[in-house]
Amino acid sequence: MSIVIQYILYLAILVIFAIPFGAYIKKVMEGEKTFLSKILTPCENVIYKVMRIDKEEQMNWKKYVASVFIFSGIGFLFLFLLQLLQGVLPGNPQGVSGVKWDLSFNTAVSFITNTNWQSYTGESTLSYLTQAVGLTVQNFVSAATGMAVLFALIRGFTRVKTDGLGSFWVDMVRIVVHILLPLNLVLSLLLVGGGVIQNLKGAQTVSLVEPIAVSAEGEWIENAVIDLEHGTVTVDGEVVEDAEIVTEQFVPMGPAASQIAVKQTGTNGGGYTGVNSAHPLENPNAFTNLLEMISILLIPASLCFTFGNAVKNKKQGTAIFIAMFICLVLALASITVSEQLGTPQLSQSGNVDISMEHQAGGNMEGKEARFGIAASSAWSAFTTAASNGSVNAMHDSYTPLGGMVTMLLMQLGEVIFGGVGCGLYGMMAFVILTVFIAGLLVGRTPEFLGKKIEPYEMKWVVIVCLAAPVTILVGSGIAALVPEVADSLHNSGAHGFSELLYTYSSCGANNGSAFAGFHADTVFLNISLGIVMLVARFLPIVGTLAIAGSLAEKKKIATTAGTLSTTNAMFVFLLIFVILLVGALSFFPALALGPIAEFFSQVM
Amino acid sequence: MKLFKDVLPKAFVIFFIFTVLCGVVYTMVVTGLAQLIFPNQANGSIIEVDGKKYGCELLGQQYTDPAHMWGRIMNIDVSTYKDENGKTVMYAEPSNISPASDEYEALVAKRVAMLREANPDMDETAIPVDLVTCSGSGLDPHISRAAAEYQVPRIARENNMTEEEVREIIETCTDGKFLGVFGEETVNVLKVNLMLDGIL
Repeated sequence: MSIVIQYILYLAILVIFAIPFGAYIKKVMEGEKTFLSKILTPCENVIYKVMRIDKEEQMNWKKYVASVFIFSGIGFLFLFLLQLLQGVLPGNPQGVSGVKWDLSFNTAVSFITNTNWQSYTGESTLSYLTQAVGLTVQNFVSAATGMAVLFALIRGFTRVKTDGLGSFWVDMVRIVVHILLPLNLVLSLLLVGGGVIQNLKGAQTVSLVEPIAVSAEGEWIENAVIDLEHGTVTVDGEVVEDAEIVTEQFVPMGPAASQIAVKQTGTNGGGYTGVNSAHPLENPNAFTNLLEMISILLIPASLCFTFGNAVKNKKQGTAIFIAMFICLVLALASITVSEQLGTPQLSQSGNVDISMEHQAGGNMEGKEARFGIAASSAWSAFTTAASNGSVNAMHDSYTPLGGMVTMLLMQLGEVIFGGVGCGLYGMMAFVILTVFIAGLLVGRTPEFLGKKIEPYEMKWVVIVCLAAPVTILVGSGIAALVPEVADSLHNSGAHGFSELLYTYSSCGANNGSAFAGFHADTVFLNISLGIVMLVARFLPIVGTLAIAGSLAEKKKIATTAGTLSTTNAMFVFLLIFVILLVGALSFFPALALGPIAEFFSQVM
Repeated sequence: MKLFKDVLPKAFVIFFIFTVLCGVVYTMVVTGLAQLIFPNQANGSIIEVDGKKYGCELLGQQYTDPAHMWGRIMNIDVSTYKDENGKTVMYAEPSNISPASDEYEALVAKRVAMLREANPDMDETAIPVDLVTCSGSGLDPHISRAAAEYQVPRIARENNMTEEEVREIIETCTDGKFLGVFGEETVNVLKVNLMLDGIL
């Protein structure tokens, strides 16, 4: 019961913030006055002056694509080089060395594509300079790029007989200055107040209450008896030679909160630490967890309302929001039930108490006590519905069915809210596909928001809808044939295959979460996953902008009694049906080999 | 080509501006304000008594002494981090193991046996799940109320205290749910142990 109340509140808070924030974003997009304009518009104008750009410029779709590509390309090069050279650059109190080329490539691609897949471990691999000036910047601009492309698509619907979709530069500056910077400034301070670290000190060490012993081979000695006075370590009465007594614990430091805020709000998800928001210094308590979790869906949910406002059809925004919301709630419920039930392997015929009596109970493997089942399951549904990819519990240790739902949410193409901007433009492709199918069923020319949908748009729509499934299936198919990939698996059997499938699903959907036992830092995986991320990000961007360009040139047709309604319950149902159909048909065979097989072997 | 020439310089300038704005200015402003308003939290919530750093309130440690309260199962990492003198320092990682595997079943069975042996007074009680599972960070500083209560008889006996005294300490170190709804009730294991040792 308490779980249900918690969930109702999470969702209510989300909606309460999303509606006004959506209206705010619409104003920013169209350059209208907001309550922050007095302070922020002068900053905006200074940037235009420095850049020498014309605020009123109108790019055609090809120029918009070129701007996105070149801007992202520069971001890639900068981040790639920054990682290679971080060892000789300042801002490196830990003294970490330069990152290997293949890992640098992977991480740079991962951050420019808003995936934020982590083959690296932040606290041991990256300098503060790389985290702040490299990763944090991409957290901002890759999110802004997604939103800018969505704005261009919205203009495609609203404009008539023009080829201008707005200026990529103006969109980017407005999004960063008016939306992302103020939001994240407030959020990061709230997070620090809650206990998230934010400093420029090198890592600290603190005393252990009970020292531990390490063998000469560098392994932790269980059952060791430690004599601190003589410095000896004995196991079962025998002295262990050359054992080291460890008396201190590592405490990571650095500018974490500022990065964590934008990692959440920009649906980035790349953690400051390796274990992401499960780390107690990255997400110390239920208060920070609430903030971080709502932030995952805040902008993607708001954008539905922005869309409704901008196309002057609020019902349309709400209809899309409801379709996404229903899918989210279904996923949330299935994950929670599966995790709360746990597994027979864990309950040990009743020897282990997995009830909810004075504890969260259920499958607590890989979950933090302060979050329990409810806050962990909700986070995992939110983060895989949105293409965020941050985690507060280890998905690799979810029950087979709980893990499967997180995987499926990504495989649907990240359109259940999805990434900032990209979730909604991906969803638009499914909406158009649904309009087209519905149009065929009733024998009418398909149209959406007064624009005729013709073969040119349909070709691109299919490409946008299939980019994720194709890259995921082709990628994981090839990887399954490469013998060395087997060494990367952490678990055996069907779960091992799930790890591989999850990895490619995460990258192909630009999500970035992981079945983290999977050892992805190899040359083959770094490169192949990098390619998957690039294709899955930029192909739909080209498609979306091409559709936008073509729609903007069309005239608007009047709504008549015969026009198919795209805002009623019937349409919402059809839309959900089409999304699930494409997702389920594409992935059922693969899921049957992984999580479904594991589920049946667990209960047998 | 003309398109390229037109776009490239602007892309460079705007990327540079964003790098300065979002990478440097934003990070430094947040750091400055954080250090000013929340110095303790911003610096890692480290517990310092008489100049000695007794641990980080937010990071779990490994406890095997029967006189101490035990925390989540730890997957200890002693190979990644060294201090400035080259001495090994402890960290921990999640297990990432599937809870539906035979391997896992055997692991949990071992943990159950270990806990049964250490807590003979609680023979009839099922072991709270937090005590036999590894956490999401590997560094979880908390356990549930049920997991703390399970250890009360042992801790009392080993420290020559009454069970009531142990429960009082646990109560002091328990955090409720946020606003009574969000998250779970938790007991901070490090704080309990520092209190048992008379440090806090």
